[in-house]
Amino acid sequence: MRTIQAVAWKEIQVYFGTPTAYIVGMIFLALTGIVFAFGVVPSENNPFPEATLDTFFSWTSLFLIFLPPALTMRLLAEEQKLGTIELLLTSPVRDWEVILGKYLASFAFLLAMLALTLYYPVLLYIFAEPDLGPIYAGYLGLILYGAAALAIGMLTSTITSNQIVALIVGIGVIGALYVVHFSTDIVGGIASVLISEIGFQAHYEDFGRGVIDTKHVVYFLSVTAVFLFLAIRALEFRRWR
Amino acid sequence: MEDQNTNDIMIQATDLTHFYGPRPAIEDVNFGVKRGEILGFLGPNGAGKTTTMRILTGFMPPTEGKVTLADYDVVEQSLEVRKRIGYLPETVPLHTEMQVTNYLKYMGTLRGMPGRQIKRRVGDVIDVCRLQDYHKTIIGKLSKGFRQRVGIAQAILHEPEVLVLDEPTIGIDPIQVVETRRLIQELGREQTVVLSSHILPEVNMICERVLIIHEGHIVAEDTPGNLAQRLQGVDQLQVEVGGPVQEVLSALRRVSGVTEVTQRYNQGRNVFVVQVQQGRDLRDEISRAIVSNGWSLLSMQLVSMSLEDIFLRLTTHEEL
Repeated sequence: MRTIQAVAWKEIQVYFGTPTAYIVGMIFLALTGIVFAFGVVPSENNPFPEATLDTFFSWTSLFLIFLPPALTMRLLAEEQKLGTIELLLTSPVRDWEVILGKYLASFAFLLAMLALTLYYPVLLYIFAEPDLGPIYAGYLGLILYGAAALAIGMLTSTITSNQIVALIVGIGVIGALYVVHFSTDIVGGIASVLISEIGFQAHYEDFGRGVIDTKHVVYFLSVTAVFLFLAIRALEFRRWR
Repeated sequence: MEDQNTNDIMIQATDLTHFYGPRPAIEDVNFGVKRGEILGFLGPNGAGKTTTMRILTGFMPPTEGKVTLADYDVVEQSLEVRKRIGYLPETVPLHTEMQVTNYLKYMGTLRGMPGRQIKRRVGDVIDVCRLQDYHKTIIGKLSKGFRQRVGIAQAILHEPEVLVLDEPTIGIDPIQVVETRRLIQELGREQTVVLSSHILPEVNMICERVLIIHEGHIVAEDTPGNLAQRLQGVDQLQVEVGGPVQEVLSALRRVSGVTEVTQRYNQGRNVFVVQVQQGRDLRDEISRAIVSNGWSLLSMQLVSMSLEDIFLRLTTHEEL
């Protein structure tokens, strides 16, 4: 437990001690701020907008294709590049403690960033009477989706010493899971159900409507667990290379 | 005094073989290290030193063979082994964005040291490694020599039973080299130290026992003194002869007391290197053998072997 904490704490310090995280955070806040505003500010097409975070939630899910792998790309790739992995793996630390510690650090950073967006619902609350159910559920959805995406990023950072490769492959995998439901119309039948169940969208949508379905919660937690498990195995495997 | 035997052996490596692709980096390497001993691996670059160290520290498992450290199997009981070692990899990989003190604290926690002990030991190692003026410096801004000190500091931080140091003095300036060697010797009084080097005098100076490793095989093993003695007195004569190479070679080999003759060209001249048995002066016999065959003896030089020569002789295929 203490080693997980030590690994996580070290990574959190690095996040806040280097500009990368601030840049990523700034871009994330700017983008989400814009889409939030588009959703609630009256315009020609939408003269009487509702006091909801619908646009924020649907667009942010798109941003979460890119943000998590940007947070995780450094975590193991850099250790491999610098060779510090040699000291990490020869310390009395288990492989799963390394992966979990680093994962928790990235998860904490994601939570911090999502927390900074909380002023959008606060603004809504001040100026209107938003329905709080979908907001709670929506945030839970974002957290679960983000957790899964970070786990995918952990795996891609473990399998390469090149951060850019880790980032791009991560975006590719998350992006594929994000758009895979578009193909359901083409394939049809049982395959379409299967594909839609694999993808993120079918599971994410309900949260924005204020529905917390255990099925969807289990889905995201399973994706997270599977990819973290794969990352641990990948780390073990690199010893045998 | 009971069970002294098993307690005495700290590291036991049996038939270690490691392949990178089709080529073995090390093959059938066997050695033991006694508790409290300073063992040096000596060999040219690419001889398999780093591979051996990585296997010892549990960074990677050997393709074949077995290593035990304090009676724990390096692969099967890796965690127990890793608790007992401090390791300085050859490239001194450090987290360049961290401050020295924070980095050492982090490494201490990874090694499972209690908080109070970390605080005390970080102070200690900063003193021992003379990092006092730099304890708040970002590691990335330190020079190579100071990074090396940080590397040693993290290796000794948790007072491990075994220190594994891969090329501990490579790439640092001569004054720091002297300091580092002295430090290793001090540490070796209480800890078991395994170090690698391609610098012979260094191993000679620090180590109690030397393994000479070449192309993945251990080619010699002894104390530095014995190694020198074993080959000391084996004198060499460099003889320059004008005559047919093959015939001169066989004539020289026939001289009693000569153990080995090799021939090479030196700036177009024929030089024969003659190894002579311990303590014998064969200059007379050799010159007579040459002259009696009607060849001309152009020069003869007595060369006694230094440790460097022994090293070269044991580890290179080049003729001396």
